[in-house]
Amino acid sequence: MPYPASMEESKRKVEETRPKRLEKGLLSRIPAEEREALVNKFHPDYKKEQFRELRIGPSKGSRAPLEIADLLEGNSRIDPDRIDLDKVDFDVDVLVVGCGGAGGASALLAEENGANVLISSKLRLGDANTIGAQAGTQACDRPNDSPAIHYLDAMGGGHYVNVPELVEALVKDSPDVIKWLESLGVNWDKEPDNSYHELSGGGASRRRLHSCKDYTGLEEMRVIRDEIRQRNLHGKKVDWVEFEPAIELIMDDKGQVAGAILMDLETRRMTIVRAKAVVIAAGGMGRTHIQGFPTTNHYGATADGLVLAYRVGCPLVHMDTMQYHPTGAAFPPQILGFLVTEKVRTLGAEIVNGDGEQFVHPLEARDTEASAEIRECKERGKGVNTPTGEVGLWLDSPMIDILRGQGTVARELPAMVRQFGRFNIDMAKEPVLVYPTLHYQNGGIVIKADASTPVPGLFAAGECEGGVHGRNRLIGNSTLDLFVFGRRAGRAAAQWAKEVKLGKLTLDHVRKWQREIKEAGLEEMPVSPMLLPNYANQDRPVPGFQPLGQVSPYTPFGDRAIRWI
Amino acid sequence: MAKVAEKEKVQMVDIFIMDKHYQVPEGLTIQAALEYCGYNLIRSVGCRSGFCGACATIYCFKNDPQLRYALACQKAVEPDMYLTQIPFFPTAEALYNVEDLEPKEGENKLVELYPIILTCFGCNNCTKSCPQDLEVMEFMSAAIRGDYEKVYEKSFDCLMCGLCAARCPQGLQPYVMAMAGRRLRGAYLAPKSQHNLDRVKEIEEGRFDAEMEKLKQMPTDELREL
Ligand SMILES: Cc1cc2nc3c(=O)[nH]c(=O)nc-3n(C[C@H](O)[C@H](O)[C@H](O)COP(=O)(O)OP(=O)(O)OC[C@H]3O[C@@H](n4cnc5c(N)ncnc54)[C@H](O)[C@@H]3O)c2cc1C
Ligand code: SF4
Ligand code: SF4
Ligand code: FES
Repeated sequence: MPYPASMEESKRKVEETRPKRLEKGLLSRIPAEEREALVNKFHPDYKKEQFRELRIGPSKGSRAPLEIADLLEGNSRIDPDRIDLDKVDFDVDVLVVGCGGAGGASALLAEENGANVLISSKLRLGDANTIGAQAGTQACDRPNDSPAIHYLDAMGGGHYVNVPELVEALVKDSPDVIKWLESLGVNWDKEPDNSYHELSGGGASRRRLHSCKDYTGLEEMRVIRDEIRQRNLHGKKVDWVEFEPAIELIMDDKGQVAGAILMDLETRRMTIVRAKAVVIAAGGMGRTHIQGFPTTNHYGATADGLVLAYRVGCPLVHMDTMQYHPTGAAFPPQILGFLVTEKVRTLGAEIVNGDGEQFVHPLEARDTEASAEIRECKERGKGVNTPTGEVGLWLDSPMIDILRGQGTVARELPAMVRQFGRFNIDMAKEPVLVYPTLHYQNGGIVIKADASTPVPGLFAAGECEGGVHGRNRLIGNSTLDLFVFGRRAGRAAAQWAKEVKLGKLTLDHVRKWQREIKEAGLEEMPVSPMLLPNYANQDRPVPGFQPLGQVSPYTPFGDRAIRWI
Repeated sequence: MAKVAEKEKVQMVDIFIMDKHYQVPEGLTIQAALEYCGYNLIRSVGCRSGFCGACATIYCFKNDPQLRYALACQKAVEPDMYLTQIPFFPTAEALYNVEDLEPKEGENKLVELYPIILTCFGCNNCTKSCPQDLEVMEFMSAAIRGDYEKVYEKSFDCLMCGLCAARCPQGLQPYVMAMAGRRLRGAYLAPKSQHNLDRVKEIEEGRFDAEMEKLKQMPTDELREL
């Protein structure tokens, strides 16, 4: 029996109400007016005291979560007066910062377009948020679908503040992204009639979620990574350095981005890259643990891309909105915050409270769904408490096999089954406990449709850029975004590199930044980019010894009863 | 949120990280236990959720020499665990172009690329070492038979963690071979989806441009109505 006795009773109620719920069908969706009120009251984005206005930099005056504001206003990790930019280690056309899907796609397209490419990767190639994506990638390629319908869904999900040109690019490139990935060897799920197996997702009015079982991101990422390796083996001009993140961008005396300083995380050695164009594809921010939330994100999701771009004068958009995924695992404590893919709900499971009662349609947009869950627990007190002090709601996964036939869970959700199975929970037979978890950065670096930023020579793609999804991204539009804008960034950066004439390299922008910090009285801010969280137990450190990462008040295993004791 | 009545007392367990003794709270994953012991991890950590294979771990117990295999982010510590991590395993990939992978009748592309797989003698060490519980030996023999579909099916959940290669007495690297097998299957053997190719063409021909232009200009109020 995997669930403790204290949770068993509630679990039984879920089983008892299941036949009736199945008969009755899902609750209807929340009307638009009520939706706004619900989100306003319960969504973490609306907790005013958790945000502040940026005091310096190109987006001065706009709001950001406290954790992100601290990083954006942080001091540089380098002393510009002690760095000799004449000693260049790599001289390339395009430097790509980060190698998730967006960085990988940029590198491939830049190489194809004639550029000599270097990738800076903080962890191994592909250790990224992309590899954790499970549910799938949207593309409007069914006969009953169209770019216009996809566009309306994305705009609606984003509360209509998305940048129209970016959404247009997103939806119009989408069928080709699927085709391109297949030509590289991605194995999409197919129907017996050879059409793509496509599910619908929260906020989408058509079935357009393309999947590779529930390892979609893994399949996409390993194919992209393999293609990069193969091209390198063939002597093509694409190379990479691992465990060497970018810690500061370099500019030239004409105000163009001209490369970056990298740091080897293990040896702390510095590498100077001169590049005619830089693509930032450094992903999201989950490991900043905004408002103390656990996260689905990989270890390197520390908002570095935002910091690098901000320091060279690139504005950010919609930084006051983050996505909390409605179904992070709330039990067992070892996997607190891990993603339970939305596909579980698209396949038919609904979320019910501790009494086994329905309280929300399972496929509302994510902000709405998460808000309804928070209300159910915090206001109505209908959540289920775990022995370690977490609270959660039941995701009734056994409904899937009942609705779609025995074996569906095993076939469609092997990763999920394995995850819970490791802790002796059989999700085909038992519901799983969930609660919102920090998942995705909706906003980010300002870009145009060709993925160029307002700063010459700087491009951005993937989760680190903003505007595509407005204030709320729909499922499957992010793994789409990263290939759409990753490919565009690669092309545009290669083109820019052909035309640009670099001037003399300089770090004057860092000096200027440090003056601004001083004038604003912010010298006490931590250094950034953050690079990695530091979850190491800080009990009895050697006094005066500087740890590499910033000490995180968050501990990784989430069990409050045993948090560093 | 209701308070838990009483904090349960935490049990500590003895573990040995690279032969050094530590005590950590019961219930931690191996990964969190390392952090609890004061390690600020750089290698051996990636997704932290069982998808990337960065945290491959080999362990046994104090009184049981049988080697076992796990992902550090997915496995809770157990008393008297002796463990080490394998953050990197050397591999050599064969050279290929995905454009040239299309197998012709009677041709075994995987054996052509990796002739060394023919030396597999079916000892099953690979299967026993896979933290994803994949039947690694089965996809090796499928590759030798030229059964690409089976290679795809049986190896699909592979995280490329390297543990199977670490344990193969013949020095084979099943996951590297399987990568080529899956790409071959995805690009050539999977049936084409005509509706997608049609839509790509329609978009290229500008079929939707006028409609998209209209939508892009439309004020939000009108968009909401649609
Ligand atoms: C668990 C999970 C499930 C998801 N499921 C889905 C889904 O089903 N569908 C969907 O559409 N979206 C999904 N998403 C969202 C989507 O996967 C991500 O938004 C997307 O993959 C981000 O891609 P990216 O290339 O922009 O960033 P990432 O894939 O995160 O890659 C960024 C890379 O940059 C590296 N990096 C960071 N800082 C630096 C630096 N300073 N120097 C060098 N490198 C650096 C990182 O380590 C990382 O390797 C999911 C996300 C998660 C976490
Ligand atoms: S361990 Fe090596 S030799 Fe043994 S079955 Fe696996 S691949 Fe074959
Ligand atoms: S097949 Fe090999 S590389 Fe793949 S997950 Fe299993 S042990 Fe790891
Ligand atoms: S850290 Fe990715 S599988 Fe463990």
